[in-house]
Amino acid sequence: MSADAVKASTVQTVQKERSMVMQKQLIGDYYESLGRAREEGRRVVSTFVPGNLTELLRSFDLLPILPEINALQSGMRKLSANYIAEAEKHGHSEDVCTYVKCEIGMLKSGNVGPTGVKLPNPDLLLLSYTGCFTFLKWFELLRQEYQCPVAMLHVPYLANGRIEPHHVDYVVQQLRTEVIPKLEQVSGRRYDEARLSEMLALSAKAEDDFVWVLESAKNEPSPIDAYFGGVYYIGPIFTAFRGTSEGVEYYRVLREEIADRIRLGLGPVTPEGTMERQRYRLVVEGPPNWTSFREFWKMFYDEGAVVVASSYTKVGGLYDRGFRHDPNRPLESLAEYCLGCYTNLGLPARVDLLERYIREYRADGFMINSVKSCNSFSVGQLLMLRQLEQRTGVPGGFIESDLVDPRYFSPANIKNRIESYLQMLEQRRTAVVMA
Amino acid sequence: MNPELEQILSRAQTLYEDVDYKAVAEWKSCAPGRRAIGYLPIYVPRELIHAAGMLPVGIFGGGDRLEIIRGDAYFQSYICHIPRSTVELALSGRLDLLDGMLFPSICDVIRNLSGMWTMLFPGRYVRYVDLPQNYDARVGGEFWRRELTVIREDMARLAGGQITDQNLQNSIRIYNQNRLAIRELYHARSESPWLYPISQVYGVLRSGSVLPPEEHTTMVRRYLEMASQGSAVPEDRSRVVLTGMFCEQPPLALLITLERAGCWIVDDDLLLGLRWFTGDVPEEGDAIENLAQAYLTQSVATASCYAPDGQRGRWLVDTVRQNHADGVIFCAPSFCDPALLEQPMLVAALEREHIPHTQFKYSEDTGQFAVIREQAGTFSDSIRLWSEA
Repeated sequence: MSADAVKASTVQTVQKERSMVMQKQLIGDYYESLGRAREEGRRVVSTFVPGNLTELLRSFDLLPILPEINALQSGMRKLSANYIAEAEKHGHSEDVCTYVKCEIGMLKSGNVGPTGVKLPNPDLLLLSYTGCFTFLKWFELLRQEYQCPVAMLHVPYLANGRIEPHHVDYVVQQLRTEVIPKLEQVSGRRYDEARLSEMLALSAKAEDDFVWVLESAKNEPSPIDAYFGGVYYIGPIFTAFRGTSEGVEYYRVLREEIADRIRLGLGPVTPEGTMERQRYRLVVEGPPNWTSFREFWKMFYDEGAVVVASSYTKVGGLYDRGFRHDPNRPLESLAEYCLGCYTNLGLPARVDLLERYIREYRADGFMINSVKSCNSFSVGQLLMLRQLEQRTGVPGGFIESDLVDPRYFSPANIKNRIESYLQMLEQRRTAVVMA
Repeated sequence: MNPELEQILSRAQTLYEDVDYKAVAEWKSCAPGRRAIGYLPIYVPRELIHAAGMLPVGIFGGGDRLEIIRGDAYFQSYICHIPRSTVELALSGRLDLLDGMLFPSICDVIRNLSGMWTMLFPGRYVRYVDLPQNYDARVGGEFWRRELTVIREDMARLAGGQITDQNLQNSIRIYNQNRLAIRELYHARSESPWLYPISQVYGVLRSGSVLPPEEHTTMVRRYLEMASQGSAVPEDRSRVVLTGMFCEQPPLALLITLERAGCWIVDDDLLLGLRWFTGDVPEEGDAIENLAQAYLTQSVATASCYAPDGQRGRWLVDTVRQNHADGVIFCAPSFCDPALLEQPMLVAALEREHIPHTQFKYSEDTGQFAVIREQAGTFSDSIRLWSEA
């Protein structure tokens, strides 16, 4: 395709590339399948994104439900405020994670999912306790609501950032003695390792393309936004589509699109079309705000700021540091996947990773979006800011918001901070040129 | 007041108010080469520190006795208070006398604080203590035995010696004695709370975070004996259980306010790590195995530990029943994930049993108690005036 044709196609499709349409279709179909699960006699299992065992669930023909995705989708569709209010009405503290309250409020309001489809009650809560303490309480709360069994998978924290053999042994043992027996019970099927391995092979294939997409941001101009655009790219691989042919196809198409963009020297597609000028290359730490997602994104692209790497796109796995699901070591590989998720890494390892991103992606700056809801991400970020500035000489910016509680997104304040930060980068650049 | 009791309480008060850890410095100065290891709430296996000849030191923040100058610069406004006062203690040099720090897995704040410590104080010993959430002896037990073994080796290395099996068995015995004394104190207070006011009990307990366990056990036992001879008479107050205070500690004045508002505190989860096990850890045989097994089977129920049976709140109802309590006060630090996420489940459990409850939040440096006094007073009055009993 020519550059003009690419531009024209993005305008005609209301600033959506083919992969975005595919992604939307995948997520929509997924929610539809959840809505039909009961009538089709399918069993469903609730689980979390970090350390999710999608291939294992699918090898039992079980459908995953991901409460975080329900919450963030509710946030993007402006449903979360009412759900949070509903949960707080039922005694949930204003101080705690708004994902939890959004999910509880949705449940109390009839459990209609973000796409308008009523969600089935889970048959099992697979508590992949990876990188977040709140997960533990979240599923204990849901257990009281659904009165269904829980499979607990305790994933040890990598305080020093390294996976050690006893970590893997511990997780694998839990898979064998706790998780798999409960999945067998819920599904009525025997564990089929050969089937799991086939799915893991598909995962690895998609993961190769996914990493290629993430690393495409090393190009200048970057063909992607690795944070705001990145959250679309991680959708299938972090959720229900790992280990599926649809997932493989999505990442193949996405890679082709990005390859086209590189060839044509184009920037990422924003909701307002292709980003024309890239004045600042940024690394971002922390999750995005979902309730004002587009407004938030606009604050960056209006100023010519493109995100070239982000930590949020690593919460469901650190594929770009070499991890791949391995069909030859299925359970060990799943264990290593769980252990290596970003928020399961000690703070020093997180700083190391961000430092590498700043250097490898030749970033002009880095920004931390600190969200009130998530202590797993947020505690220590002010120190991370200082450490990164000291190590790289690159100045950092700091903004505060929340995941899905619109009360904590102050647009004027955030915009002001972002603009001031970017002006500071500009001044530094000018000062360097003058010198 | 009995002079010995007065002396005990004075000593406890001094230890409570001391944010410079002078008692630890004194202990270290008594013999060359002595070392001390700090730990954050809730539970760490103090026996391993003690067996190496070192002093375990509980770090429970700075309370209302420390001005935060630098600590606030490291934490956003929506994070609880204990990490900021802990960092303040460290950056002001008050924790320089510690030869290592243990950060147990209780929540994401304490967890990430371990990483902050590594970066802020390079070269110092820091260990994140990952407690198992799987209670199968062959799985979580195996994982925990390995963790215990590594900590044992680390403690021996820091102490510059060996920890023999006999050392460890001896430490288990000493901590069993300490926990038993504390259990007896709790039992006595539940029986006659007017003899053991929280202003005294808390100070005596809190001393256990800085004193060697042998000395603390003696203090608890002497206090029990002296206080039991008191002449205070029962008053018509409501018997309440406090819950939610297992990590960041409330200011003592807040606890006293509750009593003054008409409550007898008959049970609580203050300083829970000091009495983590519900019974004795076996003293004979493989000490690591015994500690591991005790963790799996004899740990108290609390918010940071997974409840495989799904019976969240059962322990609280049982505590109310066993202590003949009239109600429960949820008293949690602001922004405390474990306590506040747990609370709706505990409330539901109490409501199923028609047990009255009320709730408020605090920060360790809370200085205004008028509202809390009013709320607790109303709660106590309502129980006494309107309860079915």
